[in-house]
Amino acid sequence: MITLEHYLTVAAVLFVIGIFGLFLNRKNIIILLMSIELMLLSVNINLVAFSSFLNDLVGQIFTLFVLTVAAAEAAIGLAILVSFFRNRGTIAVEDVSVMKG
Amino acid sequence: MELIILFSPLLGAIVGGFFWRSIGESQAIYLTIALLFLSCFLSWIVFFSHGAHVEKITLFRWINSGDLSANWSIRLDRLTSIMLVVVTSVSALVHLYSVGYMAHDENWKEDEHYKARFFAYLSFFTFTMLMLVTSDNLIQMFFGWEGVGVASYLLIGFYYRKQSANAAAIKAFVVNRVGDFGFALGIFGLFMLTGSINFDDIFYAAPKLADTRLTFLWSDWNAANLIAFLLFVGAMGKSAQLFLHTWLPDAMEGPTPVSALIHAATMVTAGVFLVCRMSPLMEYAPTALSFITVLGAFTAFIAATIGLVQNDIKRVIAYSTMSQLGYMFVAAGVGAYSVAMYHLFTHAFFKAMLFLGAGSVIHAMHHEQDMRNYGGLRKKIPYTFWAMMIGTLAITGVGVPLTHFGFAGFLSKDAVIESAWAGTNAGFPFWSLVVAALLTSFYSWRLMLMTFFGEPKEDSQVYSHAKESPMVMLIPLGILGIGAILSGMIWYSSFFGKDYQVAKFFGMESEYYQKSLDGSDDNANKINIVGIEEKIPPAGAIFMGPENHVLHDAHYAPIWVKISPFLAMLAGLFMALWFYVWDKKKPAQWASTLDPVYRLLLNKWYFDEIYEAIFVSRAKAIGRFFWKKGDVGIIDGIINGIAMGIIPFVTRVSTRLQSGYIFSYALGMVLGIVALLSWMIFSVGIN
Repeated sequence: MITLEHYLTVAAVLFVIGIFGLFLNRKNIIILLMSIELMLLSVNINLVAFSSFLNDLVGQIFTLFVLTVAAAEAAIGLAILVSFFRNRGTIAVEDVSVMKG
Repeated sequence: MELIILFSPLLGAIVGGFFWRSIGESQAIYLTIALLFLSCFLSWIVFFSHGAHVEKITLFRWINSGDLSANWSIRLDRLTSIMLVVVTSVSALVHLYSVGYMAHDENWKEDEHYKARFFAYLSFFTFTMLMLVTSDNLIQMFFGWEGVGVASYLLIGFYYRKQSANAAAIKAFVVNRVGDFGFALGIFGLFMLTGSINFDDIFYAAPKLADTRLTFLWSDWNAANLIAFLLFVGAMGKSAQLFLHTWLPDAMEGPTPVSALIHAATMVTAGVFLVCRMSPLMEYAPTALSFITVLGAFTAFIAATIGLVQNDIKRVIAYSTMSQLGYMFVAAGVGAYSVAMYHLFTHAFFKAMLFLGAGSVIHAMHHEQDMRNYGGLRKKIPYTFWAMMIGTLAITGVGVPLTHFGFAGFLSKDAVIESAWAGTNAGFPFWSLVVAALLTSFYSWRLMLMTFFGEPKEDSQVYSHAKESPMVMLIPLGILGIGAILSGMIWYSSFFGKDYQVAKFFGMESEYYQKSLDGSDDNANKINIVGIEEKIPPAGAIFMGPENHVLHDAHYAPIWVKISPFLAMLAGLFMALWFYVWDKKKPAQWASTLDPVYRLLLNKWYFDEIYEAIFVSRAKAIGRFFWKKGDVGIIDGIINGIAMGIIPFVTRVSTRLQSGYIFSYALGMVLGIVALLSWMIFSVGIN
């Protein structure tokens, strides 16, 4: 029997993987975007799990909205990425430090 | 009218100081002069028309804080009206004189504008001096007191490029602060004991103060004596009495018209005015009065001795001023306040005249001030010579003995000496003043003989170029000359006449005045009025206690007392003639035979050196300690430590935080969220 705790555990694991992907990754900005997506999806799992657990549809509807926004965000992120690559010729995260104090 | 008298100098000072650029420098000067003459004219009207009664004109409420309440008001009585005419007349004439004296000044370049500033300072001084003499409470008086101090500072240091002028200005200011400290303590004490700083309340409470004890410093004092003494300390500073006098000779660094106005005729007499104004209190402070008498006598004598050997023409007159101030304080100290005011009044004319005359000589001699380089100027500058001659005749006291006919100084100085005789039973102050009269005569004639007689000692260049000053400088001399001749005779009976005349002039309630109304003249039959009406301060500008018969007794002085100043004057004159005309080697001979005395006098009794050793060097050491250790070491150290040590360190650390890498920012955000969440969870869990 798969209970709420299982879902929450999976979501938490995915979220932590996303976080670590965010700041352990030094190579590729695409991986950054993917990590962010991963974190969003883990939150979605949480929402759906609670929605079904509490018999409340609002959570699932909210998930659909989050997915939509995430898709838009991925599109914009990729667009920035392409433009960044054209300008700098690289997408390595380590080289992105114009704001260094 | 009183308002116009009071505020037209202020208006002149503001316009001359701030707006001369918009109306032009010479227009600003003429405006200040015109305003001063207006003020002077109205003062004379007030002097003649205002009776002896006390009138108070409240302008506005000034301070009202707790028990302390002070109005900005004008107290118009005889003392005030005398001071009004003295201050505004001398000031107006000095303004006029300065047009000529300050016309060209080698201390300034051709295109520099200094004249409007000078006149603004002069007018500002006049305003604060009027503030001082018209005040109705001690706070307003203190305002004027400090105001004249500021004006004096500005004017002594007028040639601010001269090191010595700046030093003299600072010295005058600092020495006066010492006196003001005493004055302020006196005001505090009066406020503490009487709960008021208004003259009427203080005068009313004065008899009670005489029976009050006050703990101050280490001991218990009689309140009236202590406060009178503290107030007199203020007067000592302002009036250059012994121990606080060292600033006055140095103040001669200022332009000569300033010396005439501030350091001869008006500001330095503020101390005498203060003692006379506080006469209802002073009358109940016999010990303080004796102190004033003795100190005044010492000052008169010591200043006169120093004046004997000085060579700078202005310094001779400065010491002469100090000596004459000593005379005034002796008169005030023995209780003859009207006589002190009399000498103040006449002295203002002839001393201002001497100073302006000296200024005229200096002007003619191209700013040479050493009398040894003068000589034979009588024919070159005849008008100045005659003006100085009148001033000298007045200050040495030339007149017909045993009559009331003579120059101003003759009558007032005799009055002072007779009062001193009556007040001290022919004691030390009396003899001191007689000897000082001899010395006064000697140094005054010495000044005249060295300057105007004999052969020209200066290399003929300057001498041949010496020319009479312009009319604008001679007219004030002429007017002051009239004052120096006549002011003594005209007002003799008012200041030093029969007791009822003086009482009437000053509006006093005196038993003599009562008797004179009954038809009998003054006589030895004295009735003591027992006490004064409840709640009413003594009437009149000055107050003389029921026991005070100095003025009366002075008229019954024996003949030898009355002619003693005249004989002293003659002796001084003959000594001066002997030393500087008949036997010209005498001064050098005496100087070498009496070498220690000569040096003592030449070095002004070593007051400056003693003060240097005792006070100035220590003050400088303390100052240097606070400068090096306190300011540079601690305060600058802290600021520099923060600015150059801590802040760059913090900056370096925080620079490192801003790496520019997204992932480190993300880490920071996550850690922050974790911290916040755990704080929320745990704090909620505890609750």
